Parts: sequence; C-alpha cells; structure tokens
Amino acid sequence: MPGSAGPIALLLASLLGISAVMAEPVTVGIGYLALAPKHVGPQVVLDPPLTDEGVQGARLALADDQTTGRFLNQSYTLHEALQPDAEAVLTAARAMLAGGERIIVTDLPAPLLLQVADLPEARDAILLDATSEDDSLRGAGCRARVLHLLPSRAMLADTLMQYLAVKRWRNILLVQGQAGADAAYADALRRSARKFQIRIVADKPWTFEPGAQRTDTGHVTIGAEVARFTQGLSYDVLVVADTANEFGDDLAYRTTDPRPIAGTHGLVPAAWARPFEQWGATQLQARFQKQAGRWMTPRDLGAWMAIRAVGEAASRGPGADPAAISAYLRSPKFELAAFKGSRLTFRAWDGQLRQPVLLADTRSLVSVSPQPGYLHQFSELDTLGIDQPETTCKM
Amino acid sequence: MQNVMRSAAGASLALLLATSTARAERLFVSNEKDNTITVIDGTTLAVTSTIKVGDRPRGIVASKDGRSLYICTSDSDHIEVLDLATLTVTRILPSGPDPELVTLSPDGGTLYIANENDNMVSVLDIAAGRVATEIPVGVEPEGMGVSPDGKVLVNTSETTSMAHFIDTSSKQSIANVLVGSRPRVARFTADGAQVWVSAEVGGTVSVIDAGAHAVTHTINFAIPGVPAESVQPVGIAITPDTKTAFVALGPANRIAVVDTKTYEVRKYLLVGQRVWNMAFSLDGKRLYATNGVSNDLSVIDVDALRVTKSVPVGRLPWGVVVTP
Repeated sequence: MPGSAGPIALLLASLLGISAVMAEPVTVGIGYLALAPKHVGPQVVLDPPLTDEGVQGARLALADDQTTGRFLNQSYTLHEALQPDAEAVLTAARAMLAGGERIIVTDLPAPLLLQVADLPEARDAILLDATSEDDSLRGAGCRARVLHLLPSRAMLADTLMQYLAVKRWRNILLVQGQAGADAAYADALRRSARKFQIRIVADKPWTFEPGAQRTDTGHVTIGAEVARFTQGLSYDVLVVADTANEFGDDLAYRTTDPRPIAGTHGLVPAAWARPFEQWGATQLQARFQKQAGRWMTPRDLGAWMAIRAVGEAASRGPGADPAAISAYLRSPKFELAAFKGSRLTFRAWDGQLRQPVLLADTRSLVSVSPQPGYLHQFSELDTLGIDQPETTCKM
Repeated sequence: MQNVMRSAAGASLALLLATSTARAERLFVSNEKDNTITVIDGTTLAVTSTIKVGDRPRGIVASKDGRSLYICTSDSDHIEVLDLATLTVTRILPSGPDPELVTLSPDGGTLYIANENDNMVSVLDIAAGRVATEIPVGVEPEGMGVSPDGKVLVNTSETTSMAHFIDTSSKQSIANVLVGSRPRVARFTADGAQVWVSAEVGGTVSVIDAGAHAVTHTINFAIPGVPAESVQPVGIAITPDTKTAFVALGPANRIAVVDTKTYEVRKYLLVGQRVWNMAFSLDGKRLYATNGVSNDLSVIDVDALRVTKSVPVGRLPWGVVVTP
C-alpha cells in the first residue's frame, strides 16, 4: 500500500494547515544529563533549595522548540537523566550515547563534564554545557565538542569591573570565602580588576566561623566582626566572593564606613535576574513561572538557551543530523535570541556564548554590560571575558 | 450636539485646507509606561490632551469609520475602545492574555489580536464583542498584517522566528516562513504582492513574496559608527505609492529609508532613542515615529527626507495612529 500514503499525508498536511512544500518529518533527539545530589547543608528559611533548577529551563525550551517544529514537520525529544552521584552520571552518559543520543545538554561540575566529554563513545557527540561558569573549561581544559551557554566567571567579573570603572568607583576591598569556587571567583575578579584598572586596596580572606546566627544576639557578633574586618581601609566598594552563600548576605549595613556590596552578593553580575524584564524578558519570566511555579534562575536560562540553540540550528538548516547541527551552531549564520537585546553567537576560540550580562540586586536591574564606550575591533560583547588573543584554549 | 458641531467644523476646515500640506487631523500615541494615550493636533503638532487608559497600552488601531481607537491594554488583558469624539473609553472588548498588537480587517468588522502570552491569535468579532476563533501560532505572537483584500493574515512569532500566513476565511495557516530572529512587524505592500517582516534580533528585514510564500530579499543595515548589535529593526512603513519603505531601527536611533525596487538603503535618518513604530499623515507627506527611550515623537518630512520636529509625549511611547 505504499502508493496510498501520499494522498493521505497530503490530506493530513492540509488538515494541519501545513504548507505543501513541507519537508520530510524529522525528530531531533536531545539528552539532558545532570548531577543532582540531594541537598545536605543547613536549611535556609528564605530560599528553600531547588530540586529542579536547570531542567525546568530545558523543559520550557523543549516546548518552544516543539512549537516551531510543528510548522516544519520537526519534533524534539528530551531524554532526561538526573543522577545523584558522579558514578551514576557516567553510567547514564554511556547509556545515553549507546542509545544513539549525540546532542547532550549537561548540568555538571567541571571535572565530571570533562570525564563525560572524554568518553570514547562521545567522540562524535556535541555537549552543551548549560550551567558551568568555570574559566578552566573555556581555557586549558577546553574541548572542541563542548559549547558553554552561561557567562564564564571572567565575563561576570568584567561585567562588574566595567561598571565600577564607568562609575569611577576605582578602589575596592576584596573579601574571599573558604568554599570551593570562591577562590576561582576571586581570581576572576583580580584578573578583571587589572584589566579595567580597578585598584584592590585590600585582599582579605573571610575566616569568621558562621553558625552562631540563630543564637540570641547572633546579629551583634556578626555586626562587630564585619565592622572590625572593614576598619581602617579606604575603598569605594566591598566586593565579595562567597559562591556558597555562607556570609555574603551579612556584610551590608555592617561595614565601618557606609559602602555598597557587589560580587556574589549585593550588586550581582548574572545571566538572569528576577527583576529583569527588558527586551521581552517579561514573556520568558511569565512562561517560566507558569510552568515551574517559581522564578527563573541563571541555570534555568542556561538550559533554556542550550535547547533553544539546538532548535534554532535544526530549524534553520541542517535538520536532525547532529554533526550538521554542531557545525551550524559554530557557523557565522547561527544567532540566538535570548531576551538580551542582541543576537548571541558562539566564540570560535573557546565555544563560549557571547552575550550581554546583567547587573542586578534582588529587586532592581541596575545595568547591563558591556558598558557604552568599551569598544572592540569585532564585537563589543568580546570586551567581556577571555578574548581571542589571550585564550589558553587549544582545540 | 457639541460633537456634531466639532466634526462639522473639522470637515469644513479640512475642505478649506485640502490644498495645503497638513489637514486637520489628530495623532494618537500609546504610552506603555504611563498608561495613557497622548492626543496631538496634526496641524499644530501641539499635545491637546492626555487620556488615562488601562495598564500598559501598546498596539493601537483606528476603526474604519475613524470614530474609535482600539487599544491593546496588555497588562489589563483586554482591548479598550476609545471614543474619539468624547475621548473616553466607552467599551471593553475581550482578548487573550497579554494582547500586544492588533490589526483590523479591511471591512472594519474584525480585529486580529496577537496575544503574546499564549501562542494564539484571537479573531474578535467587533460588533458581537466576542472572540470568534483562536488560531494557534508560534511562541510569542507579535506582528500582524492583513492583505489589502482581507483574505490573508500574516502573524509573526518572536521566539519561533516565523511569519505565519493564515487564510482569514478558513482560519487555517497556509504557510509558515522562517525569517530572522525575533520578528516584530509584518506589513503588506499596497498591491498585496509582498509582505515585509522586520527581525529585531536578526537585524534584518525579510521581503516575502505573498503568493509564493518565500523570502525573495533580505535587507541588511550597516550604519558607520553604530555597533551591529544596536541595529534592531521593528516598525515598517511603506509609502502609499509603494516606492519607499521606512524601517525603524530601535536602539540604533535611526530610520532607514529603503528603495522598494532595488532594496538599497538610500539614507539613515537620525531620530530619538529606541525608535519603534511609525505612521504617515493622511496626505502621506509626513511620517511620525515613536521614540521609546527619549519619550518623544519624531516628525519626518517624507519628500525632503528630513527630521523636522520632535514632540514630547508620555513615557515609553509605543504606537502611533493618525485619524481624520
């Protein structure tokens, strides 16, 4: 009966309002691989830990891709694997690759991402790193098959330092916590301060033991500690590197001199922020809230952008072929609209998505970098982060 | 009675001034941030009143008889009808959630509404005051254009990056054409042969053959000294003689003047900040453009291709409509 399929398909196509020049139906398969360990650590009353951060963004982007695909006879599948530990992630990655997935969106810390990228089975796959900010993954640890969606720490730091330079707040006090990523965040700030001629008046580790917050008079102890810590220094802004959120919230209003806070707390450089509603972002915020029942975070945006990037590539050119999608993502033809008021593209030298970065506190969008006046030979967006001449990535 | 006298006076004034460049007409500007409509005298270009309306007024269109203005009050999730004689909101029409842009059928009986939050175009029967049909389209529907014969509706969807061609009698989509990223405005040429679609993030205008449903030309814009990322085409206005198209380039703060035969950009006109939507005066000699960030309206002499005046309006001006 092969002869009868034509008229039926045609009838179906016209019923669905699909153009007669419709392409053959194709399915684009995407894997989603995440390390989702159980939250251990103290319960925070104000912000309960999220259990679905990242993957909610992926699901929303999948729905967006499906809507576009409907008009092109394309459909998308999302194969989710959220695993509790590194071993389980690697097992899931192998299973995913053996099952034929070649486009994999990841929510993994740097070492684990590299382990997956270096699996022999992943040789012809493309990995879209949706959530890491790690500079080493864009530098010496880069891989040709990995693209990075969220701004690197270098880009976040440059976003802040450009703004401080424009405001002429050129002297900062840098305070670095003890958690794993604090050192890397502070290193990015130091590099960026040199780049934009911001003077680090003092560079101090934060060693005060927290934990006494809940005792009566806990506020007295922390207030005295911050006052002592900031005494006798002349600076414009207190810049904090506290990626684990252990003390950053307890600095404001307690310094000896009245000074604003920036970095991981206070004025924060980020890919996404709750008060952000420019360039149509209101629509994405609203759609996300409707689906997830909570506010969108930068990690959710990273996963959204990763899956939208795949959809954009598949709908614009090559269809479902993973190798062709991978090539299209890196080509000059690729552009992603992600509510930042400009088209986003991938840097050829390290696979990083070029993008404007927000500067916001919890209630207000303060600015968006690059700041006006920072010029660049090719793209002003490349004034943020590691530019081609200085990259240590060798692909 | 007063209204009758006013419109009679207006009509005779229009007769008297028929040979002069500007007729007695009025401009209406929606101010997204102020929740107001600014009324401007088309002859003196003076602001004559500011009207309080619903939340976040964006897309506006005049009724066919010129007596009413349909206003998308996006955050109020409905359409308000402003009576242009009394300048009061006299009627509320339903829409889907977050209506952003409307267009009117040539017979004046139907409003097509893009509801940005639910991937639907609502077809509203104005006389009955109810949504007759909803047509599923792409993600974040935005631009709306109707062919001069009223038979085809084109809707753009921002995140899907397509122009959807819809048969207005069957309410079915006929074709879906991929254009540049984040398409904003769809405009038919007066002869109905082409649809021009602006892509805000893509930075281009796609010219689509309305019969073949295929992009025949892609217009790019390059302005010396302006970063490519700032070139964000939104509003499109094509002169009644179809020889010239004006394209508002958003934060590039310029309007491109495009030759519709060669698709070459003849000139860039420097206007206010984040120029958005445009409308011609009734005689076609002036072009008005809303500047969202500088909160003003630029007035352009269409023959001389010169910006002649700036009129301060409300905050975040979005759309502009000219009525007799």
